[in-house]
Amino acid sequence: MNLGRRTLIGIPYLWLLLLFLVPFGIILKISLSDIALAIPPYTPTLDLSEGWQGIRSFFAALDFENYIFLTEDDLYWRAYLSSLKIAFISTLLALAVGFPIAYGMANAASEWRPTLMMLVILPFWTSFLIRVYAWIGILSNEGFLNQFLLWTGIISEPLQIMNTPTAVYIGIVYTYLPFMILPIYATLERMDESLLEAAEDLGCSRSSAFWLITVPLSKSGVIAGCFLVFIPALGEFVIPSLLGGSGTLMIGKVLWEEFFNNRDWPVASAVAIILLLILVIPIILFQKNQEKEQEVDA
Amino acid sequence: MQAQARPAEFAPWNDPNETPLIRFDGVTKRFGNFTAIDDIDLAIHRKEFFALLGPSGCGKTTLMRMLAGFEAPTEGQITIGGKDMAGIPPNKREVNMMFQSYALFPHLTIWDNIAFGLKRSDMAKDQIAARVDEMLRLTRLERFSKRKPHQISGGQRQRVALARSLAKAPKLLLLDEPLGALDKKLRQDTQFELMDIQEKTETTFVIVTHDQEEAMTVASRVAVMDNGKIIQVDTPPRIYESPNSVYVADFIGDVNLITGTAQLGQGGAALLTWAEGQPEIIGTAGEGLSASAPATFAIRPEKVNISESRPECVNNVVRGKIHDIAYLGNISTYHVELPDGQIIKAQTANNRRLSQRMYTWEDEVYLSWTDTAGLVLAG
Repeated sequence: MNLGRRTLIGIPYLWLLLLFLVPFGIILKISLSDIALAIPPYTPTLDLSEGWQGIRSFFAALDFENYIFLTEDDLYWRAYLSSLKIAFISTLLALAVGFPIAYGMANAASEWRPTLMMLVILPFWTSFLIRVYAWIGILSNEGFLNQFLLWTGIISEPLQIMNTPTAVYIGIVYTYLPFMILPIYATLERMDESLLEAAEDLGCSRSSAFWLITVPLSKSGVIAGCFLVFIPALGEFVIPSLLGGSGTLMIGKVLWEEFFNNRDWPVASAVAIILLLILVIPIILFQKNQEKEQEVDA
Repeated sequence: MQAQARPAEFAPWNDPNETPLIRFDGVTKRFGNFTAIDDIDLAIHRKEFFALLGPSGCGKTTLMRMLAGFEAPTEGQITIGGKDMAGIPPNKREVNMMFQSYALFPHLTIWDNIAFGLKRSDMAKDQIAARVDEMLRLTRLERFSKRKPHQISGGQRQRVALARSLAKAPKLLLLDEPLGALDKKLRQDTQFELMDIQEKTETTFVIVTHDQEEAMTVASRVAVMDNGKIIQVDTPPRIYESPNSVYVADFIGDVNLITGTAQLGQGGAALLTWAEGQPEIIGTAGEGLSASAPATFAIRPEKVNISESRPECVNNVVRGKIHDIAYLGNISTYHVELPDGQIIKAQTANNRRLSQRMYTWEDEVYLSWTDTAGLVLAG
């Protein structure tokens, strides 16, 4: 292998090392430390001036105390479980909304597709924070939605949507919908239309051809879309704190409070490490599954 | 080019008592302002291997898609087995299609691809398995039944597509450019395989192709299409030897065309006045030829003789200079330039190995042909 090739391959590795592995190492170290009233707010810190002795005492001071603490207070367990539940349901909702949109886009006349694609991406042109704030204006008791429903006479009292899990679901599905639509659209658009004609020719009705051909062939897009929604939704912090009120427990919010309200960096880091493990496990399982499928194919 | 495998007596189209399997009656198909199919009448019989031949955009694929049920005629009626097909969707027709792209389901194994249509019918499970195995044997794919489409070669995929479309034992099998994706050698082998399978299964095949050699090889009858119209429907030898128009003569095989003015002779002969100071050409009169009208003399290169000295006892003789020689191994084609600049092609078979080439560039030669070798066609 020549130098040019090595450098080319080295760049992404260097990138990962600097921006993922090093920060991860720092967080891991902090999660094994103890809280302290100091700057930075934890001990031990590595003091190289004491030489070998200093390094040994540094490692001796690290322990799993914070992880044990997480198991003792049920707040954390409940926050993790609640986050998993919210992320899971949001992903299903995003799939339920996103698949028909992607399907419609893929079947639209080809001159319309760029426009539709643009409409899906357009919200990204506005700040995420502003879009979430806009939902407060829509969903609150005096918001547009309630005013409209009161005006039409469907309801006589404003619906309480703000500060409930429903508002969080709406916010997450709205925010992450493009991440669901785009990969599904990509697989559907690539699909050879003659496959559906062949299915029909062999005796399928239109709807059974959809379930037997379109759905299985869009599997890779659906899986990618689900991961792209599930992963950020699990650690989501802004949407539950703005729309979910105090009643919605999510691990992202707990993490933020540990860091900034309690200034307990070690516990916050432990929370973050566990969150990462929760995310990494399904990804590894998914990868293994993909590899196995490829092996069977080969 | 004229490999006729069928016994001579198979000619249901000549039997007035035979009812055709497929009838097109005044069928027209328009897409917006574009007329893809223009008032076509056509009858195709049971067990026929029928080829629709034409350049791309001539409407042959649209004609086939109307048989499959993917397109509905704008005007006219299509009947299959005496039943009007209007409003019957593709999944309710006893017609199966082999797609140009093969359209194999990439997520299913070869076995499941072939079983796909059978599973949609009310056939029992063990019968499905037996039928799939039979199809695998017919197409020699037994070893690949567990593989996915992307794990087999192009030729094997082509056979899977054929097995899948034959599995339901359709009344009519449509083949859309079935061999287009294969290389030349494989295509020739597959053509004979297709004919074998068609004979074994006794299914009516309708094939769409732009490859005239393929159509001539496999088909019992060929329909030559142009601009949404059928120009001629006939057996391959008749299409080749008795084209009804200049278009067909030119489209099928190699041909020399000489334009001039026709005069009708005796006993179906015709004379063509074509150039100052040149004797008239004698040929067989084509369909609808009228006297003193513009006409074209069409003769195949292999029917033109080439000689050094003026041949005796032949009426049609012209003199020219060899302009080009194309050596193709089995045959050589000489391009001979006439005094007026026209090029006439003459073909000779190289039936002796390493024989010294008789003629070379710039040689003065005589071209001759018999009175019935060429056709004088209207237009």
